[in-house]
Order: sequence, then C-alpha cells, then structure tokens
Amino acid sequence: MTRSIPKRFLAGLGVLLGLALPQTDRARAETTQPLPHQHWDFEGPFGQYNQKSLQRGFLIYDHICSNCHGLSNLTYNDLLDIGLNSQDIAALAHSKMLAGPPDTTGQPTQRPALPDDHFRAPFPSDAIAAAMMGGVAPPDQSRMVAIHSNGPDWLYAVLTGYKIPSPPGAPVVPGKFYNTAVNGHLIGMPPPLMDGMIQYPDGTPSTLAQQARDITEFLAWASDPHRNARTRIGLWCMLYLAFMLVLAMAWKHRIWKKPDKPGNAETEQ
Amino acid sequence: MTAKNPTPPERALPEQTDRNAGQGLASWLDQRLPLISFMRAEYIDFRLPRNLNWLWNFGAILSVVLVLMLATGVFLAMNYTPTSTGAFASVEAIDRQLAGGWLLRAMHMTGANLFLAALYIHLFRGLYYGSYKNPREILWLTGLLLLLMIMATAFAGYILPWGQMSYWGADVITRAVGAVPFLGASLEHVLTGSDHLGDIFLHRFFVLHFVMAFLVVGVVGLHVLALHISGSNNPLGIEPKSRADTLPFHPYYTTKDLVGLLVFAMIFAALMFFWPGLLTEPDNYLPADPLHTPAEIQPEWYFLPFYGLLQSVPSKSGGLFAAAASLLVLFALPWLDRSPVRSMRFRPLCRAGVLGVAVAFTALALAGKHHAEGGWLVVGRLAALYYFGYFLVLLPLVSRREKTRPLPASITAAQGEPS
Repeated sequence: MTRSIPKRFLAGLGVLLGLALPQTDRARAETTQPLPHQHWDFEGPFGQYNQKSLQRGFLIYDHICSNCHGLSNLTYNDLLDIGLNSQDIAALAHSKMLAGPPDTTGQPTQRPALPDDHFRAPFPSDAIAAAMMGGVAPPDQSRMVAIHSNGPDWLYAVLTGYKIPSPPGAPVVPGKFYNTAVNGHLIGMPPPLMDGMIQYPDGTPSTLAQQARDITEFLAWASDPHRNARTRIGLWCMLYLAFMLVLAMAWKHRIWKKPDKPGNAETEQ
Repeated sequence: MTAKNPTPPERALPEQTDRNAGQGLASWLDQRLPLISFMRAEYIDFRLPRNLNWLWNFGAILSVVLVLMLATGVFLAMNYTPTSTGAFASVEAIDRQLAGGWLLRAMHMTGANLFLAALYIHLFRGLYYGSYKNPREILWLTGLLLLLMIMATAFAGYILPWGQMSYWGADVITRAVGAVPFLGASLEHVLTGSDHLGDIFLHRFFVLHFVMAFLVVGVVGLHVLALHISGSNNPLGIEPKSRADTLPFHPYYTTKDLVGLLVFAMIFAALMFFWPGLLTEPDNYLPADPLHTPAEIQPEWYFLPFYGLLQSVPSKSGGLFAAAASLLVLFALPWLDRSPVRSMRFRPLCRAGVLGVAVAFTALALAGKHHAEGGWLVVGRLAALYYFGYFLVLLPLVSRREKTRPLPASITAAQGEPS
C-alpha cells in the first residue's frame, strides 16, 4: 500500500501539471533563411587570419565603414597585429583629428591622434548619431562579428545581399534599402560596397564580393584579435601537456605495478 | 621485513625523532615551526584507502584551479575599473591592449566554468559513495558551504565585465531577491545599494568577488583539515581495517593525481585555446544598456538548474524558495539518509534513486535553458518534484528498510588478497 501511494500521488500531480501548462506558445516567428556558408581562413579551431586580407579589410573600414561606424575599443597600435608597421600607424593616427583640451580662452581645439589613442568615433555621441542617421545610431563594430551567431557568414550575407532596384512587389520605404539577408528585408544602411570603388595596393581585383570578404575578415579579427596567437600557443601547449601526460602515465604505471611487493617498506603490514 | 609488528604503527614517534635529529637549517626551522614535518605527515606519509578511483582526483584538481583563479584574478583586478562607465572599457583594454591580458582573462573565464564543472562532479561523487555519512558530516557541510560561496563568487564575477548579460542577469537576480517575503525590499537594497544597478552595485560586487575568493581559501583549509582527520572515503564506502587497506599519499596518489590533473589541463587548454566560444555568452560583448532588454536572458550554464527551478514553480517567491531549498536540502543529507551502508554500490534502490537525481538536475538545467516553455515546463516540474521527493521522502523511507548487498570484509578482501 505505502509503495503505491507515492506513485499514484505523482501521477495525479503530473496530470495537474499538464493542465497548468500555459496555453500560449511564445515561438518567435522569424522568417530568416539559413545563411549560405562561406569558406573562411579563420574558421575551425585551428584557423588563422590571412594578413593580406586583414590589411585590405582595414582599408575598406578606414575609407568606407568608419564614416558611420565606430571601432571604439581598438587603438591604432592594435593594427601592428595585422602587419602594419609603426611608422605607417603613426602616420595614419596623425591624419585623424580628435578633440583636444580647450585652449586658454576656453575654445574647443583639435589635435592629431597618437598611436595609443582609440579609433576616432564618427559621431560625438550615440544620440547625435541617431539624430543624424534616421533614428538609429550605426552600431559599433568592435565586437560586431562576435555578437551575431554565425557572425562572418551573416556579415558577408548582409554586405552582398542588397537588391537595387528592389524586386517587384517589395514594400518601398523611404530611407530603407532592400536586402535579402535581414529580417523584413529592409535595412537602413545604404549599400556600402560597389565593384571597383576602392583600389587595392596589392593588385587584388576589387570586386564587391572580394571587398565583402576582406572587410568581414577584418571585422572578425577586430572581434577576436588574438586568434592567430591563441591557436599557435594552444597547439604548443597541447603538445607539451600530451608529452607530460605520457611521462606521468608511465611513472604512475610503474609506481602502481606492485603496491604490495614484499619488502616495499611503504606498504608492508 | 615480513615479521608482523604486534603494536599498531605509530606516526608521531618517528616524526619526533626526525625533528630533533637533524642539524641543518631545515631541522632548525622544523623544531620551531613544523611545516616540513606537517607536509611530510599530511602529503607524503598520509595514508589513503588503496582503492580510490579517478573521481578522487577532483579534490586536487579543484585546489589547483582555485590557485589559478586567484593568481589570474589578482592581475585582472589590477587592470579593472569598477565603475558603470569604465568597467566594460577596462575589460576590453585587458583583452586587447594589455600584454598577455587576453590569456589571463581566458584562463580566468575557462577556470570559472571548469571550477563549477569539477565542483559538481566532486559533489556528485560524494553523493554516490556516501561521503557525507558519519564521520564525515563536517567535511560534507564545509564542502556545501564552499559550493554556495563559489556560486556567489561566480555570480559576482560575471557581473564585473558589465556587458548586457552581466547587467540583465544581475537585474533578474536582484528582482528575485526582492520577492523574498517580508525581507525582500531590504535585501534588494542591500545588494543594489541604490534604486538602480549602477556604480554602487558594481563596486559592491567587485569587492564581494574579491573578498569571497579569499574566504573560499579559508574554508578550503577547514575542508582539507576535516578530510585529514576523518580520512578519505572510498568507492566501497567501508573504512580501512588495516594498514594493508591503505597506501601512502606519495608516491601512489601523487602520481595518480598528476595524471588526472594533466588530463584535466588538456581539456582546459583545448576549451580555452580552440573552442572559447563554447564558454562565452556573445551578448556579454555588448556594453550594459539599461534601456534595451536582450531578447533572451539566460544565466551561465552552471546556474541553469536553479534557473529551471525558479521558472518551473508557478510563484515568484516560491521559485526562489525552491531554488534555495534545492541546495539547503543537501545540508540535511547526513541526517536524512539513515542507512549504515555508504556506497551506492551496495544499495541498488538508492543507487537508481541518486542517478535519478543527476538526471533530474540535468533536466532542470535543460528546462531552464528553454525558459520552462511548453513541454519543458512539465519536464521542469516533474524533475523538481523528483529532486525534492528523493531527498525528503524516498531516501528517508527507503534508507531504513532497503535490502543492501553484502559488504566485503575489507578493501583488500574486495580487491583479492595480494600475494
């Protein structure tokens, strides 16, 4: 008797709980198709960035993206990582004007940036950015690829997903552009890239697809700047640990072979 | 050498002579502060049951991870700014501009995750082999206290980067605390320090994180002290009956711990270097924004079972009570389980029961992950019922009258007589 009661009790509770189920299903009705996968140099646990692509990507950021999007957590010196040298970085920083201290009469001044300065922000504040850009401030790109799931494929799809003119039947909203990769197919950002809009110094053909790949690789680097060092150190670290493990296992095996061997002073009775 | 010594082996006597015999600096020091003899007695000569399995590695693993957390944490703290405007940027600067900062932070983040993982394994091992029973109740209680302290430390630490998940996770928890009957509003104010989550709150939790880390070291001291007084339990759950049932810590368990530590270190390194995304919440790379609630607020995986409980119970304060009770009930375990047999190897009914607890715990975590929506609500509620039902009803009833399998005469007898 006593054994069947808890069972019956549980079954009854189960029924009650089933009845208590909320009737509404909060499944989000998002209608995004899966992103087409691109091959990236840096994908997978051992992937490495391609320095040339990073440098081309920086060129695109500097000439195009940086007009609206900040990269506020990076300093100019961080570009040493993508293979720029100190002189180039100093010259680059010098060409950017930042707000300086007020002068003796209290007037605002400007000063050229130094390599240790953070990247110049395109707008004085998010509120001003929102006011100037149609209500929404262009998001900062420091961790943009990291915070989107499947970030690199997503960014590439957005950059290559514009359809101009928009397909027949698509809603036309002033200040919005048709893009197959975003929810609702409307995006506030005008198409940023065009075939041949920038000249690569290394002679790589400057197609829209190539530009999108390069800027995606650069922004992936910005989101995860130590990947190359991380995987390289990681491999050596794993090799070292594996070697130590083999030694430790051999030692342990030897010690534990005969813990009861007569004459072993440690264990004799 | 094979002659039997009729008197029990005495540990104090040889140490005494060792201590007074030497002439060097070591013995001079040892006569005044017996650190060397203490280490020799507790970490070289200390005798452990000879049948400890790999699950007994986790004590050593946890000690090493704790040291790693303190060592990396101190250097992170030197570069951290505990203000609501500066915190996010200072963590970004650690990650990007501080030399080696990304590695320090990666170690600290991976360490936090694997600390909790190892802790859960360590706890479940105690649950399975009856390590909470007489004479190890204090060992069990200090261990549970450590679990609570480490969970508080981990929660406080997760707030510090002041990303979206830091902020909104803190928001959920402080509001949950506000639901405590009678005391809620006062408790919430003690936690937040003002009417919103800002500088005071962040500074408070930074200090709390730091102080708790060192209090944990103190309680670990008590935990290890209790362990060295009662001795280790073992998979058979019977006390060593003779010296033959035991082996000295060194070289037997030093070598075994070393192998376990290196395997753990490889898992640690693989996660940290190659799959860091598995342990990080992408939304936390967005700076905290009190005006934009993220689409999905989810705690770190190690809090999911409690989050599942919080959401499965149809009342706010009830959910909070259930989440707290799920931990508090473990404190009563030594007195809820009255069976004289420790190890579940010899208790078929309770063995199934305690494995069910592990399943229920996992099911609660999954329910929490899915916000206890739809079918997950039923799963969460059944798991919660089972969890409490096992500890409060089944275990006390069954442990008195269950039919246990016969215990071996001794550890050596169970392993086969050594020649």
